[in-house]
Amino acid sequence: MTLNANDYASSESVRWCPGCGDYAVLKSMQKALATMQLKKSDCVFVSGIGCAGRFPYYLDTFGFHTVHGRAPTIATGLKLTRPELNVWVITGDGDGLSIGASHLMHIMRRNVNVTILLFNNQVYGLTKGQYSPTSPIGQRSKSTPYGSIDKPLKPLSVALAAGCSFVARGLDRNTKHLSDLLVSANAHNGTAFIEIYQNCPVFNDGVFSQFEHKGESNENMRYIQSDETFDYYEAMKIADSTEPTAFGIVYRDERPVYEEVAREAGSYDDLNKLLRGNQAWQV
Amino acid sequence: MKKNQECSRLVIRFAGDSGDGIQIIGQQFASVAANFGNDVKTYPDYPAEIRAPSGTLAGVSGFQIHFAGEAIYSPGDEVDVLVAMNPAALKVHLTDVRPGGTLIINSDTFRDKEFKKADFTDNPLEDGSLDKYNVESHALTTQTLAAVESFGLGQKQAKQCKNFYALGIALWMFDKTLVGVEQWLADKFGDDSILCNANRAALQAGFNFAETVECAAGPYFVASTKQAPGSYRHITGNEAFALACATLSEKSAAKVFVAAYPITPASTLLHTASQYRLPNLITWQAEDEMAAIGAAIGAAFGGQLAITVTSGPGFSLKSELLGFAVMAELPLVVINVQRAGPSTGMPTKVEQSDLNMALNGRHGDAPVPVLAAKSPSDCFAVLLAASRIAVKHMTPVVVLSDASIALGAEPWLIPDLDSLDVIDVPSHYAKKKELKRTNLTPPWFVPGTEGCEIRLGGLEKDRDTGSVSYDPSNHAEMSTLRRAKVNEVVTAPIDVFGAKQAKLAILTWGSPFGVVREAVTEMINDGVSVSHLHCQHLNPLPADIKQTLDSYEQVLVAELNEGQLAHLIQAQWLTPCLRLNKVSGKPFLKRNIIDKVRELIA
Repeated sequence: MTLNANDYASSESVRWCPGCGDYAVLKSMQKALATMQLKKSDCVFVSGIGCAGRFPYYLDTFGFHTVHGRAPTIATGLKLTRPELNVWVITGDGDGLSIGASHLMHIMRRNVNVTILLFNNQVYGLTKGQYSPTSPIGQRSKSTPYGSIDKPLKPLSVALAAGCSFVARGLDRNTKHLSDLLVSANAHNGTAFIEIYQNCPVFNDGVFSQFEHKGESNENMRYIQSDETFDYYEAMKIADSTEPTAFGIVYRDERPVYEEVAREAGSYDDLNKLLRGNQAWQV
Repeated sequence: MKKNQECSRLVIRFAGDSGDGIQIIGQQFASVAANFGNDVKTYPDYPAEIRAPSGTLAGVSGFQIHFAGEAIYSPGDEVDVLVAMNPAALKVHLTDVRPGGTLIINSDTFRDKEFKKADFTDNPLEDGSLDKYNVESHALTTQTLAAVESFGLGQKQAKQCKNFYALGIALWMFDKTLVGVEQWLADKFGDDSILCNANRAALQAGFNFAETVECAAGPYFVASTKQAPGSYRHITGNEAFALACATLSEKSAAKVFVAAYPITPASTLLHTASQYRLPNLITWQAEDEMAAIGAAIGAAFGGQLAITVTSGPGFSLKSELLGFAVMAELPLVVINVQRAGPSTGMPTKVEQSDLNMALNGRHGDAPVPVLAAKSPSDCFAVLLAASRIAVKHMTPVVVLSDASIALGAEPWLIPDLDSLDVIDVPSHYAKKKELKRTNLTPPWFVPGTEGCEIRLGGLEKDRDTGSVSYDPSNHAEMSTLRRAKVNEVVTAPIDVFGAKQAKLAILTWGSPFGVVREAVTEMINDGVSVSHLHCQHLNPLPADIKQTLDSYEQVLVAELNEGQLAHLIQAQWLTPCLRLNKVSGKPFLKRNIIDKVRELIA
C-alpha cells in the first residue's frame, strides 16, 4: 500500500502560532516521508524542548518529546541498541546550540546514523522572545532590551568543526527544496545535519525576508546544485559566507557509522566463565 | 597470640608505597584464605593521588583482610597484624593496630631520608613508641635481593619481588600453603618465565625465613568454616553489578545498555562491564552525566534494559532526566555508588548521604523505587531485583551502593544461571495499540511494532489515552497514580536477626549491615537484649516495618549520614528513632556500635 503525505500526519491538531515556519517544515517532512515510503512504525522522531519540540506529536510515527537539549543523547542510546530504526532529531537554536550544544557536537563527531533538523529562528519562541545563540549582535529582545552583545554561533560551521558527515541548509518557505534535502539527508549513512531558516512571525518576524519568496531567488542567496561538491575547507568558507547565503548540501563525506563500529565483535565470551573469573574455588 | 594457638578470626593489613604491589599480595592472601575455607572479607585503601611521591604519607596503599573460621560480615576494624613496607605505611596505619598486635616491618626502609618523608622525627623502632606491639623487624629488601640473585634481574626488578617475600612470611605465619600463589604467578607471568620464577623464589624464601625465625611466634591457625557446597569466587561490589549486567544481557531476552560518565568510585563498574564481549551487552562512555542517562532512556524507549551508573555529583546532574523517566514511565535502573559529599567532597571515601536525594531529589512529585545493596556480592541480586521492578512497573529504579561496597570484596557462591529469577523483557511489550493501563502500569509501546506508533514525552498525559493533557483532575489523578504505582512494589521483608522482641533494635540499610551484624552477634552472645533489623527497600519501605519496629522498646538507626533514614521513619510512622551517625568518610567500627548500645542499655 502506497502512503501519501497525509498518511504520515497524526490526528493531533497542530498548535503552532498562525504563520509559523514550522508548518512548512512539517509539510516538507510529510512529503519526504511519503517520497521515501518509510514504514511508520520504524521511524522515531526525538525532540527536545522549544516550539520545534512539538514536531513529533504531529507525525503518525513513534515520537519522543524529551528534555531540553538532550534529544541527541536519547537518539544515541536508541540507535546504539536499535540500529535498524530510522531516527530523526528535532531541535532548535536554543535547544541545540545553547542548553544542548555539547550533545549536538558529540553526536556529530561520533557519526551516529540519525538525521538532525535544527530549526533556526534566531529567537526563543516558547519562552516568549529572548535572544538566542544565533541572534545577531544588537538584537533587541525581552532579555536584551538595549541589544544583545553576544557574538552569534554559526550552526553550519559548528557542525563542520564537530566532524559532521552531512551538512546542509534549507529554508522553511521552499518546501520543494527542503523536502528534497530531507530525503538526501535521511539517505546519508551517518549524522546528517540540516539547519532550517524558520520564520517566527510573533517574536522575530521577517528575519529571513531577504531570501526568496514564492520560488524567486535573489542576489542574497544561491542554491547549491546537486552536482557541486566541496571539500572541508571550501565547505567552511561557504558555511561562513553571507554574500551570498548558500542553501543545499554544503558538505558530504562517507565515514564509518558509530553504532555499526560499536557492535563489531570477533568472538564472544562465555558468561559462565565470566561469572567464575580466574580464581574460583570449590567447596 | 600464643604459638599454634587456634584463632577464630584475624585481621591482617598489608601496607606500603603505591609502587610496592600491596594490592596484589593482599588479594593473593585473601584468595589463599578463601580457598582454604575461611570466610573472608577484604577492603583496599588506595591513596587518593594517582602517583604520590614515593615514601610519602599520601602515597601509602593498604589492603585489609578479615578471615575467620566462622561467618563474618565486615572487613574487620582492629588490625591484628600489620605488614608495613616503609615508615609512611607504619605511620598511616599504626593507629588501627590493637595493642599487642604484630608489626612486620621492612627495616631496610627505616632510614633518615624515609623518616623525613613520613614525618617521623626519630626512628620509631628505637624510640620506644612501639613497645606495646610485637615488632618483627627484618631486612626484607636485602633478603629478597639475595633470594632472587641467581635470576639476573636488574636491581629495580629484583627489589620489586619483595612484596612476594613479605607474602611468604605472612602465609607461613597463618599456616597457609604456597600452591595457589605459585599457580597465580605462573598464570600471570608465564610458567617458567624469569619473573614467575624470581617471584616464586622470593615467596618461598620469605616462607622459609619465617619458619626459621619462627616469626611472631607463629604459626597461627584459623579453621575453615562450613559453607554451602559450590563454586566460589571473590567479588567486589562493582564487579557484582557488572556481572549482573552481563547475566541480564544473556537471560532477559533484551539488550542491556550500560551508560556512564567516569566518576569515582563508580567507574570500575563501567571498566569491568566494558571488558565483557557479549552479543547483547552494550557499554557506553557518555560525554557527560546527562548524556549517560539520556542514552539509557533512549535505549529504554527502544525496548531494551537500560542501566546507568554514577556517584553523588553525577546523580545530581541526572536528576532532571530521572524525573523525565518518571513522567514518561519507562523502565531504567540508576546506580548511585555513594561517596562522601556534598559537592566533590571526598571521592574515595564512604558515606550514605544520598538517600534523601534518591528518594526526593527531583522537581515535582516524582517518586521512584529505591533499593540498597548491603555487601559486595549483594549487588548482583539487588540489580536483578531492580530490573524486575523497573520493567514490571514501568518506572525508573534507583539502586544505592557506596564506596566501601564498590571496592570491598567477599566470597560469592557463583549462581547457577538456570535458577536465577531474571525478567523476560519482551513479554512486557505491548502487542497492539491498547492504550489502557493494566492496573497502574502503562503499556510499553516499542518502536518497530506496527500499529503501536505513539508519542511520548515529559508533558502531563491523559491517564487513558496518553495524549498531552492540562486537565486539572487528570494531573491530580496521575500524581496519585505515579505514587501508588511505586507503593505497589512488593518489598523484601525486613531482615530480623536476633529476638523478635528486645530492649533495643538496631536498624540499618546498605553497607553498615556487616559491621552491625557482627557487633550484634557478639552482644547477643554476651547476653545483651539487642536485635539487628535490615532493610533492602527504602522506597517503599518494607511493608512490615512499622509492626516490626513497634515490638522493640527502643530503635536505633545506624547510618553513615546525619540521620536520613531515621528522619524518614519518624516522618512516615511516627516511630521515635535514636540515631547513630558517622560522617567521617570511614565505615562504622564494631566498637562504635557496641559503645552506643552500652550507652543506651547499661
